[in-house]
Formats: sequence, structure tokens, C-alpha cells
Amino acid sequence: MKYSEQWLKEWVPVTVSTDALCDQLTNAGLEVDGTERVAPAFSGVVVAEVTAVEPHPNASRLSVCQVDDGAGTSTVVCGAPNVTPGLVGAFARVGAVLPDGTAIGRSELRGVVSEGMLLSTTELGLDADADGILELDAGLECGTDLREALGLDDVVIDIDLTPNRGDVLSIRGLAREVGVLNRMPVCAPRIDDVQAETETVFGVEIANYAGCPRYLGRVVEGVDIGRTTPLWMRERLRRSGLRPIDPAVDVTNYVLLELGQPMHAFDLDQLSGGIVVRNGRAGESMTLLDGRDIEVDETVLLITDSDGPVAIAGVMGGERSGVGTGTCNVFLECAYFSPQTVARTSRRFELHTDAAYRYARGVDCQLQAKAIQRATRLLVEIAGGRPGPVVEAVSEEDLPTANRVSLRKSRLDLLVGEEIPVGEVEQILERLELSPSCVGDGDARVWTTTSPSHRFDIAREEDLVEEVLRIHGYDAIDSRVPIVPLPLGRARVSELLDARLKDLLVDLGYAEAITYSFIDPRIADLLDPGGDPVSVVNPVSSEHEVMRTSLLPGLVTALGNNLSRQTARVRLFETGQCFRREGDDLAQLTMCGGILFGPRETEGWAHDREQVDFFDVKGDVERLFALGSFRVGYAKATDPVLHPGQSAVVLVEGEVAGRFGRLHPEVESVLELPGGVFVFELEGDAVLARRRRRHGSVSRQPSVRRDLALVVDREIPAASIETIVRARLGEILAEFSFFDVYGGEGIDSNKKSVAIGLTFQHRSRTLTDTEIAQHLDDTLLDLTRRLGVRLR
Amino acid sequence: MNVDGIEKAALAAVEATTDEKSLDDARVRYLGRKGELTVLLRSLGGMDAAERPAAGARINAAKVRLQQAIERRKEALATHQLERELAEEAVDVTLPGRSRPGGSLHPITMTFRRIERIFEAAGYDVVSGPEIEDEYHNFEALNIPADHPARAMHDTLYLDNGMLLRTHTSPVQIRTMEAQPPPIRVICPGRVYRKDNVDASHSPMFHQVEGLVVDEGIAFADLKGAVVDFVHGFFEQDLGVRFRPSYFPFTEPSAEVDVQCVHCLGDGCQACGYTGWTEVLGCGMVHPNVLANVGIDTERYTGFAFGFGVDRFATLFYEIDDMRLMFDNELRFLTQFA
Repeated sequence: MKYSEQWLKEWVPVTVSTDALCDQLTNAGLEVDGTERVAPAFSGVVVAEVTAVEPHPNASRLSVCQVDDGAGTSTVVCGAPNVTPGLVGAFARVGAVLPDGTAIGRSELRGVVSEGMLLSTTELGLDADADGILELDAGLECGTDLREALGLDDVVIDIDLTPNRGDVLSIRGLAREVGVLNRMPVCAPRIDDVQAETETVFGVEIANYAGCPRYLGRVVEGVDIGRTTPLWMRERLRRSGLRPIDPAVDVTNYVLLELGQPMHAFDLDQLSGGIVVRNGRAGESMTLLDGRDIEVDETVLLITDSDGPVAIAGVMGGERSGVGTGTCNVFLECAYFSPQTVARTSRRFELHTDAAYRYARGVDCQLQAKAIQRATRLLVEIAGGRPGPVVEAVSEEDLPTANRVSLRKSRLDLLVGEEIPVGEVEQILERLELSPSCVGDGDARVWTTTSPSHRFDIAREEDLVEEVLRIHGYDAIDSRVPIVPLPLGRARVSELLDARLKDLLVDLGYAEAITYSFIDPRIADLLDPGGDPVSVVNPVSSEHEVMRTSLLPGLVTALGNNLSRQTARVRLFETGQCFRREGDDLAQLTMCGGILFGPRETEGWAHDREQVDFFDVKGDVERLFALGSFRVGYAKATDPVLHPGQSAVVLVEGEVAGRFGRLHPEVESVLELPGGVFVFELEGDAVLARRRRRHGSVSRQPSVRRDLALVVDREIPAASIETIVRARLGEILAEFSFFDVYGGEGIDSNKKSVAIGLTFQHRSRTLTDTEIAQHLDDTLLDLTRRLGVRLR
Repeated sequence: MNVDGIEKAALAAVEATTDEKSLDDARVRYLGRKGELTVLLRSLGGMDAAERPAAGARINAAKVRLQQAIERRKEALATHQLERELAEEAVDVTLPGRSRPGGSLHPITMTFRRIERIFEAAGYDVVSGPEIEDEYHNFEALNIPADHPARAMHDTLYLDNGMLLRTHTSPVQIRTMEAQPPPIRVICPGRVYRKDNVDASHSPMFHQVEGLVVDEGIAFADLKGAVVDFVHGFFEQDLGVRFRPSYFPFTEPSAEVDVQCVHCLGDGCQACGYTGWTEVLGCGMVHPNVLANVGIDTERYTGFAFGFGVDRFATLFYEIDDMRLMFDNELRFLTQFA
């Protein structure tokens, strides 16, 4: 909320500087967001009266005015349409300097010498778009400096209030706080009752006391709504960020700002029957003051008359009964609504009005009688009219009761961590109007407080601890280091740290990406067709509509970003949660994904220029799974988003734990990516699982190497050769490698040559040549029988 | 022929050799079976017996010297040969090496690691939890009932399955307290979401670390100590730290923490809006309702909690001026921090 410092000081005449005041407030939990001068610098501008206006002899749109500035009369050429004799305005004398730096001199306008200038609020820097010159209150004395006359040397303090401090959402509320902090009494303006001059009443009935425990109404007849609200009030509204509208609306806004009580003014002649505060009915609808049509139901608390809804309680009035230029009889509403009711409707209809804001945070439930008197007086003073008696409907038992809360000295000391002197605690509670009473002595001392009606946020002991600590000062408490027992944990083999995985990927050349968890549904569907992602009901944009089921959409988007910035070689990885529906449940899986594109090596004199291929991504996947020491296998993938001939799944102990390979060329083309994008996506749990390793035996016996060049059908996977060889040879086979794979000249087109290297080693003795020859023969026989292999 | 003459010529010939072959030729010429010195020695038979020993000794001495010269020459030639080979094998050491460039960790990950290291060293456990949460864990258990105005502070993103994207990592605190009795000392790092539009300082997705300590006798003074030590540890500087009263439904008393601006050290600059302070953290004493919601005896135990934006700490630490860079994943940005 924005507070005028001048206005505040009328309530509590502190003498501290603005900066010191702001520090006080911030340190008491009322965070000052900023301050702003209410008017820019200007000088030489005084109050002056226009005494005569004549048309300019040489220009139809200009007039020649006589202006009395208290010291004498000057001739002024003016172009404003609203200049009339008797107007009291802001006059820049010769020698004045305006906010934009313009120095006012004697100047000739179409043959007439102008000795100064009549100003608009725009020229004074008070308003962006004013029509015509400023019209001041007629009562001002000519010659008075305008800054003084309007109190323009004022500062607006913008305070970002936390939701629990609804009590500070008014000048009155802030004045109370400032009074407490400066140990000064608050001098509220006197609010006397305005006696009824008529008998006219408009009935009030409450059907839902829980939602509306109290409702006051008052008729004011014969109001001249066309009158202009006095400048002092318009200035205060402006400084608080509100636009003046008409006397009825301005007065209700003024009371809102001054006392914190939201009010509403209805056009009495548009109301019929009487006011009934009740919940809506299915099918009911209304048009709001902002022109919006809404439908209401049983959960919405309404102000109604015999023709239907006239306002959403505490939120916004309706168009039908709003005050307008034709209004002459006004019905003032001043109510206490339950904070929950208003918060719910305000959020439901997204109507964040000043009234709703205050009701939702809580309004002083004893303030209504005073506020309606204040509003009546101001309205009658400005726009005339004859008030009727105040009508009140109330259910005392539904009103909030004064909270009684106890504070134990021992608890206070425990929670704070040091002792605040008893005298200071008591004084703070008293200054906060919490009426403390005290029993017990020493550490057994207990204070019991009763909250004033404006402090509805104090419900339990800890709230009082905060109040005491807040006024005492957080910075006054010494820091200390917690002293705690130091139990030791366990070093778990099975928990491979996420950090190890990331470090390995970084060492393999990948840069870590962090992509959005909510993604474009089109990309989601492209990369996980039929994935049925969870969608965001209120997304920030259409590109962030569904929750990712896979890391690939984020990674391909990141690749695209890099390619569009001319980065040719890209390796990115990400680890993060993905979200998949599993029936009615939701699986939140940590995944680890990567993307490779472009040359295998950076450009360099010693580097090959080849593009990455399937075996680059597979090599990296193998490195990742080597961390865990489980049995890992690979099989062809059947994945619609991957290239059918260049994609695989990883099997850990036979279970699928991820997939990798080239993106399907059609997917590449839809994404407008160049061909040859390789990706992997692995389940985090599978990569991070680890088995405890144990020492086997390291043979010291000599090893013997034998190579075999095999010719086999092209479709036979190499892994099946390895499986057969390993099964046949068992532990005597110390090492196995594929050292060459060849197809082409010298080999049938439907065959390939696979060269394998076998290293034999016995645990405890030297192997003989005969033994090894026998093993090789056996192996070859197996391979021939099962895979149709022959020696090359 | 005189010995001196032959020796002189032989030594000269040895010195003149350029490789092993020519050296061997020279050796054969003078010391071989038909070599000049061999022949000369053999010719001693025709000499006076009286002169023979002296002449023999002279020749033998010359032979020894020549052999030594040949050895020396051999070594010299070998050295030359090695030098030549080494010279041929020389490379331009200023050319770049053959390794592949390493990748890089995201600045947010590095910031997480800095933070975790500080807290783990003090005995805090690092715990994590789901990003899609239910209303109970994200709000109600944290003392934020449905119509509470504090919900407006959390512009929540809701999902079609009735759940929501967690607006803070506080639900992890709840899950931790549900799972284990005090004493509790944990930090909860993770991704969180709010309905914010993307600009230089906002993102609908960001990262938080929250901390929670619940034990007997935990006080506001302990909270201050933990937060101040952390800030000093993270920035490696004893920056000023200011605690201001604030409001969070899940803590009471609550505080917001300002740290002296790391750019101007409190003098005021554009980065801190000329206030000299940067707001970095929210904290407070755990609200008794929150402890009661997870069945902790509020008379016996008290606790503190704090939470802060990791992205904010990362931007301050690495002097990143625009949050949007964080999730753009441009390699030229990412690889700066490796």
C-alpha cells in the first residue's frame, strides 16, 4: 500500500526523517518497497485567480486572461478550454521554473505579451494526461506558493505488507505501528456522529451471518453528485494510487484509505425492496461495475435486493446499482464480511479489488459504526444531502472474539535464545494495546493478553513471541551456533552419488543443461507419441503446457537453440524428474538423458573430421553403466522416435533401463534439425544402482592369445557370437574382443567377417598348445552349429 | 714407415669418419689383420733385436691410442646419430594436444554443490522429494489452509490430475518429519515452480534449498547463527546480514534476510537498487501447527527452517545478469563455469 507521509504525520507527528522512518518500518516487518516524492521540483508557481477572460484578437483558440496572483494583475495568454473568470489556478510567474526545466519568461503570442502561464497538472508533473488547466479550491489565498498550498513536499511510502498484517492497510493502522515504534500516542481525527436529518431507511437483512456478521446501511438523500471533490482529498487519493471519480466513490475510497474500512455506495433509486445479504442461487448472474458478466452459485455471498444481486459481498458492486452522474440518493454500505468468504470469491472471479484485498486480510470488526459516520460526514460536506438513520443488522456471536493468549516467560526465552528483560516485554505488549496481565514470578511468569479488535492475527503464544521480538529488534539478538549431537552415518556402497554420474558425463565432454519441466504439447507428442502427459491447468504459456514424460523434448530444444547460434558440435546432458501416468497414479522418475550432434572431435590439426555415430553414444552409455557393475546387455530397440536400424535398449540384469540411438529421420525433419542427432535416455535409478564388488583371483599364469576370423550372416548380432564363445570357454577365457568387423570386397554381400581375439589363461597352471587347440575347435564347432559360422 | 706418421694419419682418418661404417673401415685400415699398424708390428721380426722392444712398445702404444680414439669416435657418432634421430622426431610443442574438451556442470548444479558441501560438513543430511505434490504437503501441512491469503504469494501451477507443482521444497521437510523423529537436520534442494512470466529476474521454474533443524532447545539465536555462517561460507566473505520481521504461515516468528550487496559491499549500486542490501532468504522458527501436523511434540521440540533461491545465489556468485540465460542452455554460456 502507498502511504502519504504528510497524512501519516497528521495522525502521529513523528519528527524522524523519511529514511529513518522507512528503516524503522522495515525493521519492524513492514517492508518499505520504495519512496517517491509526490511532485517533481518546480518553483515560482503560486495560487492565482483568473479575473477576466477575453478572446485573443489574432487566434481563435487562445484567450487573453487577467490573472491576480496576490501581488498584482498580469496579462496571460491561455489555450485551455476550461479557463473562466473566477477560476483559481496554478500560475507560473515570470521567472518560474517548471519540472521539465522550462523557465517562464515574458513572451509574445500572436501579438499579445503573456506575463506568465496558467498550468495544467501535466505541466506540474502531477498527472500524465490532464485536459485543461488545474482548477484549485476557491478558498485558497492568491499568492500562496503552490507547493505549500497543496502540501507537495510530501513523500509516498510504498509498503509491501505481509498477508497477516491487514491491520496496517490504512493510515490509521500504520499510525498505530509508528506510534508503537516511536513511543508516541496516535491522535486520530475526531469522528462525531452525524445526526439523521430524515427518517428514510432502506431495510437490511442478513441470511448468512457466518459470511456477514455485521451490515450497516444508511441513506443519504439529495446528494449533488456533480460536485467536484475538494483538491485536498483528490490529492490524498492520488498519492495513495487511486483516481478521483465522484464525491460518493471518493469518500468511500477515502475512508478505506484512512480507516481501513471498505465501503460501497449504491444509487438508492436503482435498489428495490431492501438489502438481503445471502448466498447466490444456481443460475443467477449479474453485471459487475467493470462491465463483466458473471454467473454465481450457492457458494458466492451476495448483496441483493428484491430484483437480484447488486454486489458480490466485499468484492465488487454491480453495474445496475452503481453510483453515476444521475445519482441523487445514495445508500452507503459498511459491513464486516468473513475473510475466508471474500478471499474465496475474489480468487474465484480473479477480482483483486482494494476492498477484497482488505476483507480477505481482515478488517477491524468494531470499526463499521465509526466508518459510516466518517463517510456520511465527508459526503455531506462535499456533496450535501440529508442523511437518514443508520440501520444495522448484526449477529454478535458470529463476530470474531477478542483473542486471549498466554505467553510464558520460559517459552519466550527458549524460542528467542536469550532473555529479554521482563520490563521491556511488558512495555512492548502494552504499547501494542494487548492489555497484558501477569501471574507468577521469575521463569514461571506468564502474561495473558487480550487482542484489540484490530489485531486478529494473534492467535497463539508464538505470535506473541514474534510481536515482542519484532519490537525488541531481530538484530538485537546475538547469533549462536546450534550445539547438537554428532551421530555418524553409514557409507553405503549401493548409493552411487548423482555427482559421480554428472562428473563422468562432464568428463565425457557433455555440458549440463537444465530445461523446463513443462513443455510444448506438440513436441511432447512428437517425442513420446501417445505419452498422455499430465497437463498444467493454468500454464504460463502454450509452450509450457504439459509435464515432460521424457528429457528428449528439452534436449532437442536446447540443441535447436545452439544450432541456431551456429554452434556446430553439441553434447548436452540433463538429469531430472519426468512424470508418467501409471493408471490413476503418477510416477516421478529421475532420468538421465543426453544429446550428441556434429563432429566427434573439435576441429583440430590432429583430429578426425568424422561426425558422431551410433557407437559414440553407445560408448558413453557403456561408460555410465560401468559405474554400477551389474550385468548389462543391449538389444535392438523398437522405438518409434528412434532410427529403426540405429537404436538400442540397455538391459540391466535383463530389465530395460534406457534407450539410445539416432533420432528417427522423420522426427529430425519435423523438428527441422539436420540429420544425425544421437540421444540417450536412461533411468536414473538403474544408472546409479551399484553392487558391492569383491576381490576375485588374479592369475599369475602365462596367457595365450588366439585370433579367429569368422564369416557369418550379416543379420547375426555380434553379441550372440560372444555369448556362445563365453558359454563354451567359461573362466579359462580371460579376455574377449571384436578386433575387426568387415563387409565388402572378398565377402558375400549377405555375409560379414568378424575377427575375434581370445586370451586364454588358467587360474593355476600353464595351458598347453594341445589344450588350447581343443578349446578352439570346440568353440568353432559351437559357432558353426548355432550360427552357421565358418572360418575365413 | 714411421709410427708417428701412421698414427697421425690414422687418428685423422678416425676423426674424419661420419658413421659406423666409415669408422669400421678406418679401424680395418689401420688395425685390421692387414692394417697398417698390424703390418708394421708384424714387420718387427726383421728388426734388430735390440731395437725391437722399444719399437714394439711404440707401436703398441700407438695402437692403444688409436683404439681409444676409435671408441671415443664410436660414442660420438652414436650420440650424433641419436641427436639426429631426436631432431627428426621433434614436434611443435605449441600445437594443441589431442584430448577432447571436457564438458561443464550447470552453474545451478555448482551452486547446489557449494551449498550442500557447507551443510553436509556440519552434519545436515541432503534429502529430496517429488516435484508434483498434493495440496496437503505443499500447503495444508504447512499451515496454509485453502482460503489463506498466503496462497496468493504462491502463484501455483495446477495439474489436470488434481495435484500441483510444488511452489517450494517445504513439502520435503514435511515428508522428512513424517518419516523420522527429531533430532532432524536436513537440507532439501530441488526444482520448484510458480506462475511467473519469464524475465531477467523471474522464471516459472527455479531452484531452492530449504533447511530444517528440529531438536530440543532450538532457538531463534541458533537460526541466526546458521544463516549468518552459511552466508559467510557461501560468499567466502563476512558480509553484513540483516534479519527483518516477516511473515510465512509455516514459521513464527518469521524473518527475511538481507545480505550486504556483493557488488558494492553496501555502498549502493544498480544491482542492489542503491540500498546496499540484497534480499536472499526467508526463515523462521517452525510454526507449532506444522510440527503438530507431523506429530512432533511442540512442547518438547522446537525448530528452525530457512529457504532460499539457488538461482539467486548463482546469479550473485557468478555475476549472471539475466535469469533467462540459465535455461536457454546455450553452450557458450554453460561452458564458462566449468
